[in-house]
Amino acid sequence: MKRFAWLVPAVYIVFVLLPIYWLLNMSFKNTNEILGSFTLFPRNFTLENYRKIFTDPTWYGGYLNSLGYVAMNTVLSVSVALPAAYAFSRYRFLGDKHLFFWLLSNRMAPPAVFALPFFQLYSAIGLFDTRIAVALAHCLFNIPLAVWILEGFMSGVPKELDETAFVDGYPFWRFFVRIFIPTIAAGVGVTAFFCFMFSWVELLLAKTLTAVDAKPIAATMTRTASTSGYELGLLAAAGALTIIPGAFVIYFVRNYIAKGFALGRV
Amino acid sequence: MSTKIPNQKGWLLVLPVVVLVAFNAIIPLMTVINYSVQETFGENVFFFEGVKWFEAVLHSSRFHLALQRQLLFTGIILAIEVPLGVAIALAMPRRGPWVSICLVLVAMPLLIPWNVVGAMWNLLALPDIGLLGRSLNAIGINYNYTRQPFAAWATLIAMDVWHWTSLVVLLAYAGLSAIPDAYYQAAKIDGATSGAVFRYIQLPKMKRVLTIAVLLRFMDSFMIYTEPIVLTGGGPGNATTLLSIDLVKVALGQFDLGPAAAMSLIYFLIVLLLSWIFYTVMTKDEVQ
Amino acid sequence: MARISLTNLRHTYREPARDEADWALKRLDLNWEAGSANALLGPSGCGKTTLLNIISGLLRPTEGTVLFGERDVTALPPDARNIAQVFQFPVVYDTMSVYDNLAFPLRNRGIPQPSVDARVREIAAMLDLGPTLDQRASGLTADGKQKISLGRGLVRADVNAILFDEPLTVIDPHLKWRLRSKLKELHQRLHTTMIYVTHDQTEALTFADQVVVMNEGMVVQAGTPVELFERPRHTFVGYFIGSPGMNVLPATFEGGVARVFGHAVQTAVPPKTPPSGARLEIGVRPEFVRFSAAGIPVRVARSSDTGRHRIVEALHENAIIKLLVNEGETLPGDRAFVSFDPKYTQLYADGWIVEGGRP
Repeated sequence: MKRFAWLVPAVYIVFVLLPIYWLLNMSFKNTNEILGSFTLFPRNFTLENYRKIFTDPTWYGGYLNSLGYVAMNTVLSVSVALPAAYAFSRYRFLGDKHLFFWLLSNRMAPPAVFALPFFQLYSAIGLFDTRIAVALAHCLFNIPLAVWILEGFMSGVPKELDETAFVDGYPFWRFFVRIFIPTIAAGVGVTAFFCFMFSWVELLLAKTLTAVDAKPIAATMTRTASTSGYELGLLAAAGALTIIPGAFVIYFVRNYIAKGFALGRV
Repeated sequence: MSTKIPNQKGWLLVLPVVVLVAFNAIIPLMTVINYSVQETFGENVFFFEGVKWFEAVLHSSRFHLALQRQLLFTGIILAIEVPLGVAIALAMPRRGPWVSICLVLVAMPLLIPWNVVGAMWNLLALPDIGLLGRSLNAIGINYNYTRQPFAAWATLIAMDVWHWTSLVVLLAYAGLSAIPDAYYQAAKIDGATSGAVFRYIQLPKMKRVLTIAVLLRFMDSFMIYTEPIVLTGGGPGNATTLLSIDLVKVALGQFDLGPAAAMSLIYFLIVLLLSWIFYTVMTKDEVQ
Repeated sequence: MARISLTNLRHTYREPARDEADWALKRLDLNWEAGSANALLGPSGCGKTTLLNIISGLLRPTEGTVLFGERDVTALPPDARNIAQVFQFPVVYDTMSVYDNLAFPLRNRGIPQPSVDARVREIAAMLDLGPTLDQRASGLTADGKQKISLGRGLVRADVNAILFDEPLTVIDPHLKWRLRSKLKELHQRLHTTMIYVTHDQTEALTFADQVVVMNEGMVVQAGTPVELFERPRHTFVGYFIGSPGMNVLPATFEGGVARVFGHAVQTAVPPKTPPSGARLEIGVRPEFVRFSAAGIPVRVARSSDTGRHRIVEALHENAIIKLLVNEGETLPGDRAFVSFDPKYTQLYADGWIVEGGRP
């Protein structure tokens, strides 16, 4: 029975890959072929869609803008969440349980509703159409997520580890960075990836808070879908390309996510 | 379970988080609440109307129907995605070259912007030119999601499972990695079967991570908007008009900010209440 | 119960090992008699946990064999070796009660419930866990949980050896001694072979009949606590054991006699001529250094009071010599002389003791 365990992820991966194959398939066709016929492999294979993306500044600029604010947000969210999660995990302070739940509640509001208020807020402080605005706005949902996930992992580490380190004379920050964070490496890895991912795919706030300078890829893609009807081939190519940065991120953190920790020192 | 240290210094560590999140949360929230208790006839003229909008929304059958559809949808995908995600995470390799490959492949659906996901599945499921639609019809199933409510639901669920199960997989996988080897070693020495290992070691130790996964999927699926709107537009008819879609229709379609804002707040409160219930139930036997 | 023998053992985490530094465990041979209480003592990173894991079967050694009695177990996994291991952090099944935790290994082997019940209660009584049997294991304190871990190992009657990997690390200091005495009591009662890894010399010296001192992957000395104290075979043993550690002073060897700062010093046995070019040192514990009328001239620098006696730091030029002085004894003035008790003074070449030459 155990020998066939690998079938489960294998079947799932095939399931995952089929629509992606279809996406790639479409990205190498022009819109007419996509809508007009059913072909498993492009009859008129074309690189036109990709060429457009790589040469048109609105397109690749969009990718760069998105990468910019997503990177900022990920770094910010994870760094700020780490000490907070530690506090939630190890300390009892006034209002801690309520604060914890309040954080999560910030992910519960339908974003459509907040678009206008956000626009007003960030315009008022002069950050409209900047990458920083989007990076900050995404903190609304990413920081709570980061705190929640990290706290979950931190609580799995026995408190005795902290106490042993303090008895051994480690100053707090050195303990935190050198000993504690490596033990929750899996949690940090998965948190970083999720912050990246949720910020990367967020469309509404990213579009609302930007106009030209900081226009993210998401906005460019939705534009494709509206004006001249669906430019499907282009959309497919853009969609396929959005997978790449995230693939890098998860590849980068793969060792953290798969890493366990040994109980104790050598 | 060791107890926490009372330490008000905790607030210092938490402060940056509170500032950043509150800045983004409270001010916009105030604006929404403001709208929800006012009437507008355009031209930025507002009249205070009290709870009129709340009552209207709560009594509308349209709202009730959308809510029921939403609860059904969320219930189904939770029942599928959580066990499936855990099963996949358990079976994924922990060491060796396949780890990277698996992780990257599993992560891919999560990275595609949601409108592209919707568009992809929209095209994929088309009966004539889509891979899925065409194959299903070729093997004899009469399938057309643009006309059949059941097919629309099935496609919507398949799309969500395809899109989001990986989230559960990654969380569960990380949670499993975080279990120290010593537990597996002790279980080996104790002669435990792999079923016992799952039941007494893996599942209890994954509890927190699974709580997060369930809550995340619950909240996100309850608020889902982009993917279904691009896939089915809420149709055929109203068949897949989930709460968010209904909300936007009310707000944008009729330019009624009042009811829309009221509806959003009610919506928010429902999610809050249900999340709180989930959260309390799943963490109830944690000794603090 | 079996005698545990390690022969020609070497281990590296990095394959292939290129030079001596790559080997986590340098070549060693060790024997542990059946039923003995042993300690593996050494600082962090010395390889003691690696060695323990090789004995328990969690690690397969790069070279060498592990024998339990006559049986070669080198390739066998932990569950086939009939050992029990207690880890640094308590490993308990959180969702089960204390009773179920203890019963788990027996139930997995298909032992009938009445026998399980009898055995569990017996072990629980031995470990003072009786009153907590019905509680959830996760609710116990750290020392309670360690006792459960220990109990799970003891509950199997056919255990070959119990291995402890720094088990008292997470225990409250005022409870440590209690658990330590309990372990010693258990050993005397059950006569199970026990191997106890620690970096704390007090734990090792009070618990074990035989102590193996390790440093940087090497076995430096194996012997009884008294032997290690009175006749360290390596300066590291002298320095690591005892508080304060042994004085190690640079020495020379001329005309068959060792000299420190020019003064002749007698050692326990007249030493053989050490290899030329070796770094020579004289080692003597502060317990065996005395103020005297003649000897090495020193200046009394500092003294600290430990309650039972005083530790005096005396300086000869820049070298510090520590000695213990009894409570109430007056210190000589600023300048004095010290001499070493020859019976407990040794000559070391490159850290290793220089054996006796002529009788």
